[in-house]
Amino acid sequence: MTARAHGAEAASHRSRGMTVAGYAGMVVVLLVVGVPLFWIVITSLKERGDIYVQPAQWLPDPGTTANYRDVTTRIPFLDYFRNSVIITLVLSASKIVLGVISAYALSLLRFPGRNVVFLVVIAALMVPNQITVISNYALVAQLGWRNTFQGIIIPLAGVAFGTFLMRNQFLSLPGEIIEAARLDGAGPIKLLWRVVLPMSWPTLVAFSLITVVNEWNEYLWPFLMSDDQRTAPLPVGLTLLQNNDGVTNWGPVMAGTVLAMLPVLVLFLVLQRQMIKGLTAGAVKS
Amino acid sequence: MPPTSTTQPDVARGGTAGPPAPVGPPPRRSSGRAWEWSLAALLLAPNLVLLVVFTYRPLLDNIRLSFTDWNISAPVANPVGVANYVEWFGREDTRTVLGNTLVFTVATVGISMALGLGLAVLLDQRLRGRNLVRSAVFAPFVISGAAVGVAFQFVFDPSFGLVRDLLARIGVEAPDFYQRSGWALFMVTFTYIWKNLGYTFVIYLAALQGRRADLDEAAEIDGASPWTHFRKVLLPQLRPTTFFLSITVLLSSVQVFDIINVMTRGGPVGDGTMTLVYQVYRETFVNQRAGYGATVATVMFLILLLVTVVQVRIMDRGQRS
Repeated sequence: MTARAHGAEAASHRSRGMTVAGYAGMVVVLLVVGVPLFWIVITSLKERGDIYVQPAQWLPDPGTTANYRDVTTRIPFLDYFRNSVIITLVLSASKIVLGVISAYALSLLRFPGRNVVFLVVIAALMVPNQITVISNYALVAQLGWRNTFQGIIIPLAGVAFGTFLMRNQFLSLPGEIIEAARLDGAGPIKLLWRVVLPMSWPTLVAFSLITVVNEWNEYLWPFLMSDDQRTAPLPVGLTLLQNNDGVTNWGPVMAGTVLAMLPVLVLFLVLQRQMIKGLTAGAVKS
Repeated sequence: MPPTSTTQPDVARGGTAGPPAPVGPPPRRSSGRAWEWSLAALLLAPNLVLLVVFTYRPLLDNIRLSFTDWNISAPVANPVGVANYVEWFGREDTRTVLGNTLVFTVATVGISMALGLGLAVLLDQRLRGRNLVRSAVFAPFVISGAAVGVAFQFVFDPSFGLVRDLLARIGVEAPDFYQRSGWALFMVTFTYIWKNLGYTFVIYLAALQGRRADLDEAAEIDGASPWTHFRKVLLPQLRPTTFFLSITVLLSSVQVFDIINVMTRGGPVGDGTMTLVYQVYRETFVNQRAGYGATVATVMFLILLLVTVVQVRIMDRGQRS
C-alpha cells in the first residue's frame, strides 16, 4: 500500500521534471531550427547595402522584393526551376510505376527464382552512388547524353527502396480478398488496378511523396551530368548562381534559396503524416 | 511448355525458397504457369535492366578501373596493376582524408542519434505545441543539401554572417570558418546535423509510439527514476531501431557530397574537409585521374562493407545475450 503510494508520487515527480525538460527542449529546438531559416528569409528581403552592415539588422528596413525580381529576371533561375519540375515529375513517375509493377510481380505472381530477383533488387540499396558515378559517367558521356534530360533521368530510374516498400505492403493485404477477386475472373491488370492499389493507397502516397522529395533534392548525379541552364536542376543551378562572380551577391542568392526550399517545405507541411509514414515503414517494426 | 514446368512448383515449395507468401495464388493448372512467368518477366524487366546497367555493372566496372591509369575522357584505360592502391596507402593526404571522414562520420552519427533520441523522448510526452515542434525538427530534412549548404554559407559568413553576429553580441570573436581546417570541419558537421536530425528523431519517435505501454506502467509503479526508466525500459525496446539507424545514418553520412561541395569544396587550403567521397570526385573529375578515383571508391566501398558486417555482428551478439 505504502509502496504503491510512494510509486505514484515518484511518477508524478518524474512527469513534472520531464515536462519542464520537454518545454525547455522545445524552445531550444525552435530557436536552433527557426533562427537560421528566419535569417535566410530576412536576408532575401534586405536591400543590398543592408546585408553588409555590422551589427546585423534583424528586421529589413525597409524591406524589398528586389532580390526576388533579380533572381528570376536577371539570372536563368526560372530555367533551373523548370528543369527541376521536369526531372522530378518524369523521374518520380517512372520510379513509382516501376516500383509498383516490380512489387506486384514479386508479391502476387509465382515464378522460379523469385527470391533471387528480390535479393538482386534490395541489395542495390547497399551500393553507394559514389561507387557507381565514375563508370556511369563514362557510359553516359559515350552515349552523348551529357546535358540531356535522359542522361540525368535514366541512370537514376531503377528503384530498390520503393519495390521493397510496396512489396511488403502487397504481402500484408488479406489473401481472401485477392483470392475472391481472382475467382471472380479478375485478370492481373484489373486485380492490380481495382483491388490491390486501392487497398494500398496510404503506402503508395507515402512512397510517392518520399520519391518526389528525393528527386527534387537530387544533387550529385545532375551536378556531374549537367552544367547549363537547359538541363541543370535547381540544386545545381543555385550553386551556379552563387559562383557567378568572385564575390557572392547574397541577396538574390538567398532569394533563390528560399524559392528552392519553399515547394518541398509546403508539400511537407501539407502532407507530413504520409511522408513520415513512408520514411518509418520498415524501420520500426522487428 | 518446357518439361520442367511440372517439377518447378515442388522446387518452389521446397525449404530453400523461404516462407511462402500469404497472398500467393493456389497451385494452378500448369497451363497458367507460362503465362504468369512471362507477365512477371515483363513487369520486372525494366527495373532489373536499370539496376543491372546502372548499379551492378558500374560497381564491378569500378573495381576494374581501379587497376588502371585512366583519364576519364580517354577512350582506353591502361592497366597498371596495383599501383593505385600502393599510391593510396603511401600518400600523405590519405591519412588526412581518412581522419576527416572518421571525425565527420562519428560526430554526425553519434550526435544526430543521441539528439534524435533525446528529442523523441521529450516530445513523446503530452506537451502543448508539440506537433509544431515535431514539424520544425523534421522540416530541414526535406530541404535539399545544396540549398542548405548555400544558406549556411551565409549563416557562417566570417564578415556578415548570423554566427558572427550572435557571437559578437556575447563579446566573442567568430573564427574564420572558411580559412581554418578544424572550424571548417565543424561547420560542415554542424550543417549536416542541422539538416538531418529530423530523420533520427522521426524514426525514434515512431518506435517510441509503438512501444509496450504495460512496461511503462510497471516502471512507474516500481517508482523507477526517469533515468532508470529510460535505460532499463526504453533503450532495450529501441534496440532494433537503434541498429537500423546506426546503419542507415552511417551509410548516408559517409556519402555526404552536396554540403561539402557547396560549402568548402574539400578545403580550406588543402584538405580541411576532404572526405573519401569528396576525394573520389576530386581525383576523377577535377584532377582527371579516374583510375585513382576508382581506387578510392573501391577502398571506400570495402570499408563500408566491413563496418556494416561488424555492426550486424555486434547486433547479433547483443540480441543473444
